[in-house]
Amino acid sequence: MSDRPKAVALISGGLDSMLAARLVQEQGVHVEGLNFYTGFCVEGHTHAIRQKDQERPKRNNALWVAERLGVPLHIEEVIESYKEVLTNPRYGYGAKLNPCLDCKVFMVRKAREWLEAHGFDFIVTGEVIGQRPKSQTRDKLPVIERDTGAGDRLLRPLSAQLLEPTLPEREGWVDRERLHALNGRSRKPQMQLAQELGLETWAQPAGGCCFLTDAHYTARLSDLWQARGSKNYDIDDIMLLKVGRHLRPLAHLKLIIAREAGETHFLQGYRRRYPHLRTVSHGGPVALLDGTWSEADLDLAARLVARYSAGRNAERVDLELEDTEGGVRMLSVPPMAPEAVPAEWYIGA
Amino acid sequence: MPEELDCRYLLCPMPVIRTQARVAGLAAGDELEVVVTDPGALADVPSWCRVHGHEVVEIREGDHGVHRLRLRVGGG
Ligand code: SF4
Repeated sequence: MSDRPKAVALISGGLDSMLAARLVQEQGVHVEGLNFYTGFCVEGHTHAIRQKDQERPKRNNALWVAERLGVPLHIEEVIESYKEVLTNPRYGYGAKLNPCLDCKVFMVRKAREWLEAHGFDFIVTGEVIGQRPKSQTRDKLPVIERDTGAGDRLLRPLSAQLLEPTLPEREGWVDRERLHALNGRSRKPQMQLAQELGLETWAQPAGGCCFLTDAHYTARLSDLWQARGSKNYDIDDIMLLKVGRHLRPLAHLKLIIAREAGETHFLQGYRRRYPHLRTVSHGGPVALLDGTWSEADLDLAARLVARYSAGRNAERVDLELEDTEGGVRMLSVPPMAPEAVPAEWYIGA
Repeated sequence: MPEELDCRYLLCPMPVIRTQARVAGLAAGDELEVVVTDPGALADVPSWCRVHGHEVVEIREGDHGVHRLRLRVGGG
């Protein structure tokens, strides 16, 4: 190895971090990518679950970007340590439950630790001044270098010319003149830059890199926290909030009802954790029961599940309730009429 | 027989993360067989291997949704 300067680039799988990494790579810097898996990342597995989405490419966006750049990518699982960021963000939430500024601080801090452990010289991110209303305004950026201890080892190639020169610029590891002065919310300059750099662009999911900016998802997460009386969650909760229809007919009972075969298959994987209902007289979905219930509540739940089965117009639908030990009991109910299901029962629909 | 890494029922990118951790403890030329059920891993694990210079020797897609990827660790 030569003594080329070495940069660790945060790679989210989005276009901006790809461009930022390419800009320093182009200047002869050795670049390796770092990506964090919080559990909330928008990932291929949501496609793997739903059958109707099976046509879509099942790929990890960050890996895809790393391949285009030709850089090694290190993926770190941070599900546990991210909890503190999400449940107790120092700088609060964005429009939904997205703690973007705290999230950035968390990731840059991790990158700084990685840099020290691996003897790298500086950190690269795809941040653009003014791109996000809360976390990327000009006055917020310094918070990141301060709170993370990254200081002037943090380079933002896309907006660098609008910021104070950083260590890699002062040391001449990168030429500031060849960095950029992007500012604001328009995506056009990035598209153009991608073209100049010969990088193919693609449709980006609106909102952000994670489910915490998604209105439906965060409505379900808030509901979960409220029902539990605490902001607790684990990886199974994160996954289940992505799948099925979520209905809360009673304060103490939620149903997760599969929308199609792929989801039914996925939900069955949780049958040792949650009791579930399934229709037997007619084709129909599997529904997980989360909470507590009386006989009357169970009857209500069964009628609701029957409403989503092929027997929705039948007099009665037979169902099985299976507990988490595999014990089964039969139920027979008239399906609920669609118009009898109040809109407020749907969570994040 | 290569060492086996059981990633069944893990959703992407967990199979990649587990593979990464296991490969870190192997030497160049060692082989590892990764067993997965998430079809996404059939794209992601090879992708991860390519960017790190490891070789995917064989992919066997099983009938019951259980797939096997045999990797050979690269020279680093
Ligand atoms: S959108 Fe999600 S992953 Fe991206 S910075 Fe905000 S909280 Fe973090």
